[in-house]
Amino acid sequence: MTETGRHLWRRLGLNDGEYERICADLGREPNRVELNMYSVMWSEHCSYKHSKSTLRLFPTSGPRVLLGPGENAGVVDIGGGWAVAFKIESHNHPSAIEPYQGAATGVGGIIRDIFTLGARPVALLNSLRFGSLEDARVRYLFDNVVAGIGGYGNCIGIPTVAGEIAFEPCYQDNPLVNAMCVGLLPVEKLVLGQAPGAGNLVVLVGARTGRDGIHGVTFASEELSEASAERRPAVQVGDPFLEKLLLEASLEVIAGGLAVGVQDLGGAGLTCAVTETAARSGSGMELELDKVPLREAGMSPLEIMVSESQERMLFIIEPGRFNDAAKVFRRWGLSFAVIGRVTADGWITVKHGGRTVARVPAASVAGGAPLYEPDSREPEYYRERQSVDPLDYPAVEDCTEALLEVLGSPDVASKQWVWRRYDYMVRTCTVQGPGGDAAVIRLRETGQALALAVDGNGRHTYLDPYRGGMMAVAEATRNLACTGAEPIGITDCLNFGNPEKPEIFWQFRRAVEGMSEACRVLEVPVVGGNVSFYNEVEGEAIYPTPVVGAVGLLENPDQQCDIAFKKAGDLLYLAGSSTVSLGGSQFIKVIHQAVAGSLPPVDLALEKRLQKLLVQAVRAGLLSSAHDLSDGGLAVALAESCIAGGLGAQVTLPGHPRPELPLFGEGPSRAIVSVKAAAREKLLALAAKLEVPLLFLGEVGGDKLSISVTHVPVVDVTIFELKKIYEESIPCIMEQ
Amino acid sequence: MKFGIIVFPGSNCDLDAYHLVKDVLKKEASYIWWEETDLSGYDALILPGGFSYGDYLRAGAIARFTPVMGAVIQFARQGGLVLGICNGFQVLTEAGLLPGALYRNAHLQFRCGWTYVRVENHTLPFTGAARPDQVLKIPVAHGDGNYYVGPEVLRRLKKNRQIVLRYVDAAGRESAAANPNGSLDHIAAVCNESGNVLGMMPHPERAGEALLGSEDGLVIFRSLLQYFDQRGGGSGD
Repeated sequence: MTETGRHLWRRLGLNDGEYERICADLGREPNRVELNMYSVMWSEHCSYKHSKSTLRLFPTSGPRVLLGPGENAGVVDIGGGWAVAFKIESHNHPSAIEPYQGAATGVGGIIRDIFTLGARPVALLNSLRFGSLEDARVRYLFDNVVAGIGGYGNCIGIPTVAGEIAFEPCYQDNPLVNAMCVGLLPVEKLVLGQAPGAGNLVVLVGARTGRDGIHGVTFASEELSEASAERRPAVQVGDPFLEKLLLEASLEVIAGGLAVGVQDLGGAGLTCAVTETAARSGSGMELELDKVPLREAGMSPLEIMVSESQERMLFIIEPGRFNDAAKVFRRWGLSFAVIGRVTADGWITVKHGGRTVARVPAASVAGGAPLYEPDSREPEYYRERQSVDPLDYPAVEDCTEALLEVLGSPDVASKQWVWRRYDYMVRTCTVQGPGGDAAVIRLRETGQALALAVDGNGRHTYLDPYRGGMMAVAEATRNLACTGAEPIGITDCLNFGNPEKPEIFWQFRRAVEGMSEACRVLEVPVVGGNVSFYNEVEGEAIYPTPVVGAVGLLENPDQQCDIAFKKAGDLLYLAGSSTVSLGGSQFIKVIHQAVAGSLPPVDLALEKRLQKLLVQAVRAGLLSSAHDLSDGGLAVALAESCIAGGLGAQVTLPGHPRPELPLFGEGPSRAIVSVKAAAREKLLALAAKLEVPLLFLGEVGGDKLSISVTHVPVVDVTIFELKKIYEESIPCIMEQ
Repeated sequence: MKFGIIVFPGSNCDLDAYHLVKDVLKKEASYIWWEETDLSGYDALILPGGFSYGDYLRAGAIARFTPVMGAVIQFARQGGLVLGICNGFQVLTEAGLLPGALYRNAHLQFRCGWTYVRVENHTLPFTGAARPDQVLKIPVAHGDGNYYVGPEVLRRLKKNRQIVLRYVDAAGRESAAANPNGSLDHIAAVCNESGNVLGMMPHPERAGEALLGSEDGLVIFRSLLQYFDQRGGGSGD
């Protein structure tokens, strides 16, 4: 190993041990092209080398699971010969330096993951984190990320139906952009990212390959710094129109049974697509790079192999079916080329200008990265922050003022300013769009509907990764249950700092443990997802932010429920747990500018019973509304249901010397439901049967929200005032 | 009555229009690929929403040069019924079948959401089933819906009653807040002089089922069916 050599692999993100392993697998030192192929595939982004052993904790199987983690997306059976494919993925680093394109290509990438399997994408969701909106650059990032998500999704014609956004100073220069796509496919058309059959053709379809996005995955696998702006060329540029053509052509080719394997080109470009498909089938490939359609002349083999130009797909096609597939590609005006053939030897042989420029074992490149079990250490802040008693903060004098302040804080306030820029109705299947607990989309093909939600709370996970992880899963699935849907699977995006730091790895490990435990008890499998490490700027990590994308099934779209109060005289109940805490709450953040305290305990058995109650009550038509309690607690949830329904409520809560606790305390396993007086007995009986506590709160009606704690009025405010601050807060900040 | 739905590369509301005609109205519908030039057998054409050619260059500017548009222009000149929705409206203005142009929304953002429109002329093939001044709840979803025409043409549009829908609030009143894109004179839809070509920014095909939040869009389609029935059916050729 020469000094220059060592310099080279280190610069490419490989350590000395990894380099030695590459040499061992190859039986020699790699050349520059080979080293770059290894570098991108052994990056954290592609190899999951620091997370894989922890991810094994997730329960990934279940009676509905057709395809679990490790493929392009998870696939879950919904009966009648149909299945749902879904996945969430991060595009954090690109969005930090080029927000519009970073977000847009994040959406483009996740859409490709779905149609690659033969699934028609039917919905998009996203989870976003930014710094404080008081900062001008944060507003710029926020505005442009939203524009990028809309720009791509609107153009390609897939509705963006739900999402969530939070603002914390820790995301200032490292925003999180997690995009999720959901697709529908006939089970028999499911096609995998594989390359079986020696002699089959390797066909590259879609955009020409250019010099954009070189080493994007390596960039995604390091911390951000001052120098990151220079990485702008590592960010790709999206073309949603081309992807629309690619989508239609791909689905047509797959539906026609013309391909034996399909893989999209995303992170690590051609290198990833060829090595992964070959490795999955135990095959090899011989590639002729001279055949790859290029954007500009003179691109080197290395550039071609690691370019992350967007909107490209790899098809493995039997020679006898190529002409039929070619007809489809031509009809959609796509450029395509046979760039090689599948071989039986397990090696990827890359030729350029008549010379062999790389020859590597597919399984080594795609799956041979060493796995690490990093050191784990409880961070110092952990016990310190937990020991804070939120009730030590001074009592608030005016709870109505406090409610308005919490309701108008950007985390809680209406995100209409965001989602009115997304086409959430195209495909005419959106039964419930953004703004509620979960979106509901009907499935024309099966007569069913899906409920979709995405949730996460970095503040909670920071204070207590284990409980925070459990609560993320519990909240996402509870959101589905509030619409009447039964959760059938989740996908997760795990956004953390640098896992090589023991405190960060501890957060990661504990969060995954908590999530796994929740999944086990709630009987909901994790069918796919994504890990995003190195979310740090100048050594400062973001809050550990696991984001859960949950999918639920409604057998009948007519039997679904939303958050809006419907009718004066309906009775209000709090279903589930009465245990709350102000630790880590929105209230403490907004009113006392603190992130501290311990999270409430999580009773997963009760959570499960509550979700069952919600699903059964909606199906039986007992509920007028149901709303999950999360950020801002009971007071905020009541306000949101009032605003959504344009109806007030009169509520009395049991006594507490500090009314802010029952009003703003947060905790899992809770929902407010409203019910017609005539359905009351049935609901009480069902709750008794399922052993879910129901606490009578009051009645829907009037044009005010009035809340008393032990008959002392503490909140009294008109719906007009609530609505004004809720809806105008973010536009006011952004259009100042 | 048979509907033809024109499909350009990048159209994405073609499916929605097809579904509405086929599954909700239970009428015949076929997709028409942008390369086709034979439109015989169709009683009405729909140019659906979406992003034909990615809206690159300018919304509708490239679609206007496709072979099928030559045939659509012929079809319209012979009195055929043509309904352009959203991107379809943009294509029709680019093709010269409708006056005016659709600028970038005044606030420069894409806008999706429910709007109310008032029927300003209920005597057309597209509005015959509406009551005078009826207010319809129909959603919009566009970035370039800011309708503009010069003062001279605007006068003519008013005189000929070519302004078909205006954005209003739920109570039927015009206001800046009820106008989602800054359109001149709150114009949401216009027709040609002979009244057989209509362009509208709101999406009536998205308001065809109670489950989706409104059935008011059906007024447009039922008007077409009613007009066709009253004319005595047949392809009109």
